[in-house]
Amino acid sequence: MELKEKIVSSYLAFENGVDINSDIHEIRTEAFHNFEKLGFPTKKLEAWKYTSLNSVLKNDYSIFPNKENAIEFADVKKYFIHDIDTYKVVFIDGKYSSFLSDTTHDGKDVCLMSSALSKSKYKAVIENYFNKIAKQDNLTSLNTAFANEGAYIYIPRNVEVEKPIQIINFTTGSEAATLVQPRNLIVVEENAHVQIIERHQSLTDNAVLSNVVTEIFAARNSTVDFYKIQNDNTNASIVDNTYVEQKTNSVVSVHTFSFGGNITRNNLNFFQRGEHIDSILKGITIIEGKQHVDHHTLVHHIEPNCESHQDYKGIYDARSTGVFNGKVIVEKEAQKTNAYQKNNNVLVSNKATINAKPQLEIFADDVKCSHGCTIGQLDDDALFYMQQRGIPAKEGKALLMYAFANTVLESVKIPEVQSRINKLIATKLGVNLGFDL
Amino acid sequence: MLKINNLHASIDNKSILKGLNLEVKAGEVHAIMGPNGAGKSTLANIIAGKDEYEVTQGDIELNNEDISELAPEERAHNGVFLSFQYPVEIPGVSVTNFIKTAINETRKAKGLEDMPAKEMLKMIREKSELLEIDRKFLSRSLNEGFSGGEKKRNEIFQMAMLEPKLAILDETDSGLDIDALRIVANGVNKLKSKDNAVIVITHYQRLLDHIVPDFVHVLYDGKIVKSGDASLALELEAKGYDWIKQELV
Repeated sequence: MELKEKIVSSYLAFENGVDINSDIHEIRTEAFHNFEKLGFPTKKLEAWKYTSLNSVLKNDYSIFPNKENAIEFADVKKYFIHDIDTYKVVFIDGKYSSFLSDTTHDGKDVCLMSSALSKSKYKAVIENYFNKIAKQDNLTSLNTAFANEGAYIYIPRNVEVEKPIQIINFTTGSEAATLVQPRNLIVVEENAHVQIIERHQSLTDNAVLSNVVTEIFAARNSTVDFYKIQNDNTNASIVDNTYVEQKTNSVVSVHTFSFGGNITRNNLNFFQRGEHIDSILKGITIIEGKQHVDHHTLVHHIEPNCESHQDYKGIYDARSTGVFNGKVIVEKEAQKTNAYQKNNNVLVSNKATINAKPQLEIFADDVKCSHGCTIGQLDDDALFYMQQRGIPAKEGKALLMYAFANTVLESVKIPEVQSRINKLIATKLGVNLGFDL
Repeated sequence: MLKINNLHASIDNKSILKGLNLEVKAGEVHAIMGPNGAGKSTLANIIAGKDEYEVTQGDIELNNEDISELAPEERAHNGVFLSFQYPVEIPGVSVTNFIKTAINETRKAKGLEDMPAKEMLKMIREKSELLEIDRKFLSRSLNEGFSGGEKKRNEIFQMAMLEPKLAILDETDSGLDIDALRIVANGVNKLKSKDNAVIVITHYQRLLDHIVPDFVHVLYDGKIVKSGDASLALELEAKGYDWIKQELV
């Protein structure tokens, strides 16, 4: 049976486990019909021209893993940022793991979507925010149709969350192929501040497809720093759909570190609804083998006096492929917009490919918008310079690549995340430089 | 120390060095002068091992060992240092981290442990003082946004840190004002010893007022066509290169 049919026919079973008389279920049902109509995206869609899910959709996914799978902390510790204290919301095969989690309701809510959706005390927030900015496209609709579990984070006014929050989704490979669809909602009220780290990690080589939707609402004067660490096994694919809505004076940054996986597709969307907003989108991609990473970004400048800063660096080895599609829309009312976009790529191997497409739609006349896209090889003169000083070619290349990626790393505000990314890059490049840049 | 025998080299099938001979002994300073396009920078790059040049004939010996097949880093580990005419900018790598990596990679190649941090710091302090380099400068990205003079001083600073056996200074005086020239020359002179050697490649006599050569060679059309002592440089300064070209006819 085709995956779409399998999913459609399993919807009745899903409905057995949720409250079908709720408002939420109306939203789900509508999304379900939408997916039923649209099906999975194909390369015929402009947005999926360079990313084919065909090979991934062939797997016979188990849609609702029915077993409770436990894992030992010691076995997965390395996937956490464990050298600092954090809140943790952890899922195993889509099910909440209270054992690995560290949630809170003390002055804020860092907990589960399933309880937020079912308990009356969260009703107002859910009504105001759930599915309000998520698009009605194929895969977001599919996620919405089955939305039930994920992280729910609510930060009230003036609360500065004292430690970062980690959202980690493990898959155990207890089934030959697993489909998970986490649904996260993050609401940050006025003057509040939160830092979040998100990771999806498969623990075996069995196939995994994660179709994730995260909605982030940043109210006036709020600050949200979001870090996505993508360094999964080569049979794990992910479609990450993230939607951010910002109000006046808010600053939201999303850093995406894509170091591995099978197919990685990031749909990152920012909507600016207020003035003096700053949106920061940064990414480092380092892949090899036949891996594929696709960044589709959208920044929608709707009101005047706002900024956006995009900086994506990519290093592609072997037969890996990359896509960067950065869309910036500046509405007629959005005068004095400053929108910057940079996308620099290095192809280490001559079999690697990158498809880069900046897309600017500007309807206002008093704006500063820039975009720069480069695709190149490592600078031979720089490499010779380093070798002349005694640094072997392999280390020299790594040093150059470090230096190349560094502009993205320096804006990471959690030192432990920065040093973790540094280590991941060093491991990826197979060197030990003996210092952190 | 360095012995170059009948060296022929080309780039893209264009012949640049056409039978060059040169012998440099420990403790000596040699100046190589010559008109533009004579092959001076090519010679420097070939000794350092840049692979875009093809050596078609002849060999390069360093301490009686043929180095012409070695990778650039291996030559560096054997004590070859090239002060670049145009040092490359490497954004994102600080001067300090770069030199630390260079020193420790060289030590690793010799089977030594990393230099202890304390010793490294002491050495960095001493050598940066010698070159009158501000400490703040050391944490900046390598050569990025440096003035011409800063780049050249930084080259000699690295030379001081790496303590090479054979230092080749390629047009180190170009882009230097008179103060920077004095600082750079002073640095080179302090580093000179009976165990190492220096090759100064230059267009002009002025650097040689500060770094006094034992031998001056004129490189023209891929060959050394005239050699002499320091007075040859003065003669070249006064008369230009045309008389040498005429002598050859």
